[in-house]
Amino acid sequence: MAAIVKSTKSCTVNPLKMSQPVGAALAFLGLRGCMPLFHGSQGCTSFGLVLFVRHFREAIPLQTTAMSEVATVLGGIENVEQAILNISKRAKPEIIGICSTGVTEIKGDDVDGFLRTIRAKHPELDGTALVFVSTPDFKDAFQDGWAKTVTTLIEQVCEDGPSTRTDPRRINVLPGAHVTPGDIDELRNIFEDFGLEPIFLPDLSGSLDGHIPDDFTPTTLGGASLEEIRTCNQASWTVAIGEQMRPCALALEEKTGVPYVLFDRLTGLGPCDELMSFLSGASGLPVPVKYRRLRSQLVDAMLDGHFFFGGKKVAIGAEPDLLWSLGSFFAEMGCTLEAAVTTTESFRLEALPIEEVLIGDLEDLERRAEGCDLLVTHSHGRQAAERLGIPFFRAGLPIFDRLGAGHMVSVGYRGTRDLIFQVGNLLMAAEHQAVPDTWRTTPEDGATRPGPVLSEFVTKESP
Amino acid sequence: MSSLAGKIQDAFQEPGCDKNQGKSEKERKKGCTKQLQPGAAAGGCAFDGAKIALQPFTDVAHLVHGPIACEGNSWDNRGALSSGPQLYRTSFTTDMNEHDVVFGGEKRLYKSIKEIVEKYAPPAVFVYQTCVPAMIGDDIEAVCKAATAKFGTPVIPVNSPGFVGPKNLGNKLASAALLDHVIGTREPEFTTPCDINIIGEYNLAGELWQVKPLLDELGIRILSCISGDARYNEVAASHRARANMMVCSKAMISVARKMEEHWGIPFFEGSFYGIGDMSDSLRQIAKLLVERGAPPDLLERTERVVEREEAKAWAGIAEYKARLLGKKVLLITGGVKSWSVVAALQEGGMEVVGTSVKKSTPEDKERIKELMGEDAHMIDNLAPREMYAMLRDAQADIMLSGGRTQFVALKAKMPWLDINQERHHAYAGYAGMVALVREIDKSLSSPVWEQVRRAAPWDQANTIPFARVA
Repeated sequence: MAAIVKSTKSCTVNPLKMSQPVGAALAFLGLRGCMPLFHGSQGCTSFGLVLFVRHFREAIPLQTTAMSEVATVLGGIENVEQAILNISKRAKPEIIGICSTGVTEIKGDDVDGFLRTIRAKHPELDGTALVFVSTPDFKDAFQDGWAKTVTTLIEQVCEDGPSTRTDPRRINVLPGAHVTPGDIDELRNIFEDFGLEPIFLPDLSGSLDGHIPDDFTPTTLGGASLEEIRTCNQASWTVAIGEQMRPCALALEEKTGVPYVLFDRLTGLGPCDELMSFLSGASGLPVPVKYRRLRSQLVDAMLDGHFFFGGKKVAIGAEPDLLWSLGSFFAEMGCTLEAAVTTTESFRLEALPIEEVLIGDLEDLERRAEGCDLLVTHSHGRQAAERLGIPFFRAGLPIFDRLGAGHMVSVGYRGTRDLIFQVGNLLMAAEHQAVPDTWRTTPEDGATRPGPVLSEFVTKESP
Repeated sequence: MSSLAGKIQDAFQEPGCDKNQGKSEKERKKGCTKQLQPGAAAGGCAFDGAKIALQPFTDVAHLVHGPIACEGNSWDNRGALSSGPQLYRTSFTTDMNEHDVVFGGEKRLYKSIKEIVEKYAPPAVFVYQTCVPAMIGDDIEAVCKAATAKFGTPVIPVNSPGFVGPKNLGNKLASAALLDHVIGTREPEFTTPCDINIIGEYNLAGELWQVKPLLDELGIRILSCISGDARYNEVAASHRARANMMVCSKAMISVARKMEEHWGIPFFEGSFYGIGDMSDSLRQIAKLLVERGAPPDLLERTERVVEREEAKAWAGIAEYKARLLGKKVLLITGGVKSWSVVAALQEGGMEVVGTSVKKSTPEDKERIKELMGEDAHMIDNLAPREMYAMLRDAQADIMLSGGRTQFVALKAKMPWLDINQERHHAYAGYAGMVALVREIDKSLSSPVWEQVRRAAPWDQANTIPFARVA
């Protein structure tokens, strides 16, 4: 049972956390024909944009209401109006996703009210969905912004009540912010192998999987469509991935009556078995032979890999659901969780096999990682890993110093198997070979002689 | 008028900037930047600009006072290199929470400074103001003053909240902070008649080091570089230089001009991009120094170095010229980089089919005309859609731009080269120009272009190989 503790420092050093609006923007980026819009100063957008560009290596549609000092003080309705009109003229999106930031929240801009006024004034916007999420920078973290956006989309876009056209094969899938486009592709394949039709909300695999569109697209390249969100009530089940998505799944259940099942993680043999059982039950089909083979391969990988994981001390810094998933994975492979740092509250972390989970920063993680065998966090951990001189496994967002961040897969039997290989190879490469002094007792430990016997002190005898 | 408003007005009054001086009193008050268009704006804010200008101080602790967005979303993302201290790559932020917003963030800021001084003992702390604390009225200047007095470490307020304007204004406000609080606060251990400051050079990808060996060879000492690979104490003592060179267009002109005003240090504007510009800059440095008492043979020695290095660079470029001759380049960048890079590309035999002048001054535009002819294709604001069309229709063979627009080129399956601040290659000086041409050649001659443009063979119904004939 882990205690969740907040850092008592005044100054955050080397942040692990990113702000709530960028999490919200990423959720909007998983919608088709979308343009996310930050209501704030243009820097808020520019930083978010660069962050995603460096992680996904993709063009990122993200706009700003470009609030000046004066506009901020006087209120931003004109900027919101102009921004929406400009975006709809230039980019013709199906949906504009508006996220507030620190300054506009402090001013208290009533964006929902603004939107009603703007709607009344501009009938030409009737075909464009306008969805607002309140995401002040000074509260919560990245994954909170993501979850709030999904909940808002469900509340505002999804049809009320159960549908008369419920499709037993259709499943709503609500992935958490830590689920990569590659994970979504993998999950889609798994669901489809059971004859099910999963609809992912949000669906980053359509928009940020790095494909080449036929023509220049100013909005997102793909993702969940408004129609798909609207008809979420036709599904037979909702599958939520990560504890952060529980409120979204609950909101959907309350609104439509579609029952939900929550998988707090999908990495590791046990969770994957549970997923298979669920899919088999939901589809009424036995688990396909293919998955018997994949499960067997994972079991084999665990057997081959456990030599390298066993007893290793691991320090992880990640957002709660990713920390839960990775922390459990490492523990199940035989590692000791030495340090766990996260960004925001989550009761799920109380179950991590460690004394304390700290809501803190990468300076905290670095201090706690001394003497560890592996550091796991996003790319900003690179300086710490270098100073510590230990292997570094990049996980989370941003990963800006490696290719293919969006295609990292760690869900399902195959994803877990490959994760074992990736991390196991890092650990294998860092194995120490013994040297003559490896087992020598040092003077600090009571040895009477500091080192090897030196030849000049030896009393030589003739043979 | 608050002191921040005063500083912003001051930045717009800059007499060293011809663009500002060409305006009427009323126009000048409005400022030097166009009003941003909501929903159609791109680019960083004033805080971003201030951080870009000052982050290269390598031994300073850079503390961002604001909610997590300003620093948490953006840190360790710039390529300014250090020859020593690494503290500038450690990120410090007050990560203001709701409590701070309601009760004020000054206490947390003060305590944060204390923690930094105790844990990291830097020669100075730079405190960056952002929108949220500016709005709730946190007085960072007062906190910095109190912290300086209490801890004995200079704590410098950089009052440049994002919402006062764009990046360029942030550069200017960063300059104001240096002038108000840093430059002239210490004395150098010794001086030489060949001491210079280089202002507005950030040592991206190590570009300063493409220039410094030549200055070393000539016996010219860089007393301080503002702010590439800078040390706090060097810049604090930079007012004892004999001459200043202004590198990056107008961004930091007030530093050069005010140093001339206060300490009589003459300056010139130059560039390290392009062979001709590099030679001119070396000559100008030598000339200014000799006028101020450096040994007169410096001029002659400079000529010899210029001659040797130019010959070497031309020979280096000539190796590629045959392959690059007539290649069409679309150059999307700002300000000074436009004309200096145009010259360099022409040296490599390439044709510049268009260059952006969004951030350029009328002077910059004149120089582009001199280089590219009267009907130079100057683009004020090219929408990504148009860039995409230009590239797809092969009106250009390669685009040189910043990271933001790279996917416009790549998704059109066209070569692209990063020439902005996130770039990984150094393009300054003689060696840098050869490197730029080499990179362009590497990009254009990559075997991937031909492959990625090919359609999948099975996508054309009648050409499916191995099809069974019915």
